[in-house]
Amino acid sequence: MAQSVLLKSSLAKKYWMALTGLFLCLFLVGHLAGNLQLFIGGIEGQLQFNEYAKFMTTNPLVKILSYVTYISIIFHAIDGLLLTIKNKSARPVKYHNEKASANSAWASRNMGILGTILLVFIITHMMNFWYEMHWGEIGVDANGNKDLHTIVIAFFKDASMGLVFTLAYVLSMLAVAFHLSHGFQSAFQSLGLRHEKYTPIIQKIGFAFALLVPLAFAAIPLYIHFVY
Amino acid sequence: MNLTLKIWRQKNSKDKGKMETYPVKDISPDMSFLEMMDVLNNQLIESGQDPVAFDHDCREGICGMCSMFINGEAHGPGRGITTCQLHMRSFKDGDTIYIEPWRAAAFPVIKDLVVDRSSFDRVIQAGGYVSVNTSGNTQDANAIPVPKEDADKAFDAATCIGCGACVATCKNSSAMLFVSAKISQLALLPQGKVEAKQRALNMVKQMDEEGFGNCSNTGACEVECPKGISLENIARMNREYLKASTS
Ligand code: HEM
Ligand code: SF4
Ligand code: FES
Repeated sequence: MAQSVLLKSSLAKKYWMALTGLFLCLFLVGHLAGNLQLFIGGIEGQLQFNEYAKFMTTNPLVKILSYVTYISIIFHAIDGLLLTIKNKSARPVKYHNEKASANSAWASRNMGILGTILLVFIITHMMNFWYEMHWGEIGVDANGNKDLHTIVIAFFKDASMGLVFTLAYVLSMLAVAFHLSHGFQSAFQSLGLRHEKYTPIIQKIGFAFALLVPLAFAAIPLYIHFVY
Repeated sequence: MNLTLKIWRQKNSKDKGKMETYPVKDISPDMSFLEMMDVLNNQLIESGQDPVAFDHDCREGICGMCSMFINGEAHGPGRGITTCQLHMRSFKDGDTIYIEPWRAAAFPVIKDLVVDRSSFDRVIQAGGYVSVNTSGNTQDANAIPVPKEDADKAFDAATCIGCGACVATCKNSSAMLFVSAKISQLALLPQGKVEAKQRALNMVKQMDEEGFGNCSNTGACEVECPKGISLENIARMNREYLKASTS
């Protein structure tokens, strides 16, 4: 019994949603730290970024973390899909007149749509960079490391599609922002971590996280396309 | 005041049902919403039509029967009130008012605005009680000391009247506010701790089986609950269930 309640029950689905969601928040911070190195100009920036990319694909600890990340994304997406289907079927007949905005935030009601946007983004993003880094035909830099830096710069500076890619990236980060504006604090509630004193602080941190992390991510392609 | 009512009419649980339009005249702003419905029903009966079936009992905000989804909100506009506590002064002359039944797979419509909420009863039967010795040697409940803060929180949770507004307003038709209020009320008190584990497991299991949705933490239930039941209770239920399923 204990096993099925920890997998199949409504509450268990929420625990897994919250745990994987929070882990993915940590992943975002790590990923951002790497990406920010794209702000470093010149040959120095290129070498450092590629060195970092090599570290991220070879270090055993990072490898374990990256497998946990893949599993988390898959689990989070499947669980999110199951929840969304179940929740829709719980109301087979809709209201004619429903004033949902009177009592809840838009993002909280549209996590499924926002998540789907994120899933599409994650898949295309991995095809563009992750696949190239692992299996693509990729050059090497002066240090002999795979030259992911040049691929990234060329992608966003592309004469015909660079602007489209940049805008698509920025819009995806907007979806991340909305997803986390609800998701971050929601995950704590799902795990039962609620406290008179700490919950308001968690909500403030969540809001700041949802604003600053996607903003910093979005600044990078904008910088590459318009400034670099 | 003169109003246009758009009301869900459905003959029985099998009927498909549809929205019908009824004009009502000379409604006093001092009437309660249910009194306005009475006026409409008198009109309908006098003209040989079938009156609108709706649930009501106490008409003073304590029984939880008066389920109506009014203008897109459970129990209509206004906070911390049931439909019977809503007054016509909350509307303006010439308004169109939509009146619909609670919508949830677990609350099937019986007729018009009346829904079957016995799914709530089955959730309670699954564990919303404490087992006490009733052989004549029942211990005086006051003999067991309870910290004031716990007693207050248990009492707040116990004010839930089982109206189902939380389910009606939730985009997922989730019953978590109701179930968590019942789990909390008992888990906070020494008498309820004994069976806390089985209670959490069984009530959540029954809730899932009844076809209620999951919680997305939108918080709509807390806003629309006539008794101000807090989301804190859902967090407590999440803890209780996690404890029960891992130990
Ligand atoms: C970097 C990527 C992502 C992060 C950091 C993230 C984070 C989160 C967090 C923290 C929550 C709150 C969990 C809770 O309420 O307990 C959440 C909820 C949710 N996520 Fe994600 N997520 C990401 C990607 C995705 C993807 C790819 C999908 C799906 C297709 C998705 C679908 C959902 C859904 C449907 C919910 C709400 C479930 C509900 O409570 O009804 N997310 N996410
Ligand atoms: S929690 Fe509030 S809205 Fe839900 S049944 Fe109880 S009193 Fe009604
Ligand atoms: S009729 Fe009893 S609460 Fe409204």
